[in-house]
Amino acid sequence: MSDVRFQPASDQSLLVYFGEHITVEAHQHVLQLLRLLESEPIGSIRNLHPAYCSLLIKFDALKLGHDDLEAILRLYLERLEGLCLPEPQQIEIPVCYGGEHGPDLNEVAAMHGVTPARVIELHASATYEVYFLGFVPGFAYLGELPAALVTPRLTTPRRTVPPGSVGIAGSQTGVYPFATPGGWRLLGRTPLQMFRPDRGGTSPKSLLSIGDRVRFQPVSGERLAALEKA
Amino acid sequence: MTEIHVQLPGLLTTVQDLGREGFGPMGVSPSGAADPISLRLGNRLLGNADGSAALEMTLLGGTFLFPQGAVVALTGSDFAATLDGVPLELWTSVEVSPGQTLRLRHTRSGARCYLCVQGGIAVEPFLGSASTHILSGLGGFEGRALRKGDVLNTGPTAGSFRKLKLAQQGWGPLAPRQILRVTPGPQAHWFPESSQQMFYRSRYRVTEESNRMGLRLVGPHLNGPIPTGFAAEMVTEGVSLGAIQVPHGGLPIILFVEQQTTGGYRKIANVIFADLPSLGQLRPRDEIRFELVGWEEARRLLLEQETLLAAKELIVE
Repeated sequence: MSDVRFQPASDQSLLVYFGEHITVEAHQHVLQLLRLLESEPIGSIRNLHPAYCSLLIKFDALKLGHDDLEAILRLYLERLEGLCLPEPQQIEIPVCYGGEHGPDLNEVAAMHGVTPARVIELHASATYEVYFLGFVPGFAYLGELPAALVTPRLTTPRRTVPPGSVGIAGSQTGVYPFATPGGWRLLGRTPLQMFRPDRGGTSPKSLLSIGDRVRFQPVSGERLAALEKA
Repeated sequence: MTEIHVQLPGLLTTVQDLGREGFGPMGVSPSGAADPISLRLGNRLLGNADGSAALEMTLLGGTFLFPQGAVVALTGSDFAATLDGVPLELWTSVEVSPGQTLRLRHTRSGARCYLCVQGGIAVEPFLGSASTHILSGLGGFEGRALRKGDVLNTGPTAGSFRKLKLAQQGWGPLAPRQILRVTPGPQAHWFPESSQQMFYRSRYRVTEESNRMGLRLVGPHLNGPIPTGFAAEMVTEGVSLGAIQVPHGGLPIILFVEQQTTGGYRKIANVIFADLPSLGQLRPRDEIRFELVGWEEARRLLLEQETLLAAKELIVE
């Protein structure tokens, strides 16, 4: 584990970077460290935020400093190689592309000099990995987009994005579970509920979990409406 | 157990405790009281556990009827509270008789006032916490802000009343601040020196679009050229509470209690733990400044704050 970098993010959190770019190897390491910290928790760690190639660790600043935590984590890192991860689930997500459901489809097509139909074809052609959940409950960061679809975020995020909206940003794609602000360019919308709160409180259902494999299935507006009624 | 009848909800009144930690891998942020110092002190005045759930009111308070009476404490900002028309002091435990009505109005100081009740507000916990996460409609009372006609229950109490108040002296360091102390953000060096100087020398104003998710600021733009050697687009990563992120437009946003758990914008700085409760008292149009402190200083300030909060002599008869 030679290319690990530690970076304080706040006075109660530490970022662990496994490289500075999205790579399969870096993400494997994130998942492995996450699983290890979940199965053998460190008492003063309060929360974990996995991402593409980093893990943000929130700790009890009254008990630990950044250096103390780094020293403990180095012992965990030594054990990552060879740690086995479970088989991923395969999940298909129906999407109605364009029109009111995907207000940025035409602009994205124009930015890449292709037709909207080609953008849809490209987006639905790939199998994506759930790199992590973040932003809001149940929002899965999926990667990677085909190279021909890599597009920068909006300069100014929208104040509100309808739930189920499917967006792209950089080499990422994802589905907004709730009406939230958002800076991703919207290509379409799915009728699936991405996060179901279980009011009993112990097992809320996120449709997607870290490590899952996802494909998008283009559907018509009629099909979207029918699925939404179901 | 006693009831609280919501006659008027106020602008944005939610059930909050100290939040839910540990669900970052599902994308769930802690939520919780915007000003946890006020919540904790309110609970201490009532003999509740520090993290008992209370009502968090925003800018304009509500009107609440207590058919069976209760013991309550108001903390945080001054919302011109009256009990059956008689002005009520903040930071004091008060016995409410059966049938009395507590009325709060517009704030006369900061953004939030807490109505703490002996026994706490009883709601079904979501992921171990009573806190409302408004954006996703999770937790609290039906996952939403209170409405007229809602009926809340309080938890069990020993039923005893002792008039307690906050000591006159000694809690100055707990008062909300307008000069927020920060540590460097993980991408501080992705900003040119000129932007960093601008950030620390300027006043920023809190805008109307601020909420529990984040405080959007206006002031000098921080979108100077990215120094060579740093990427134009950063890879999305976990973000911490109080992170000051700067989208491409150049105006900073401070991530707050209902924050996104990950984000892809550069962070220039991060509000220190000890000053996070101050964010909960900032109103739209308030002006703030940022002061850089070191890691050791941030930790010292937190230890000092916790020592003060735990001090016996802070609460007096």
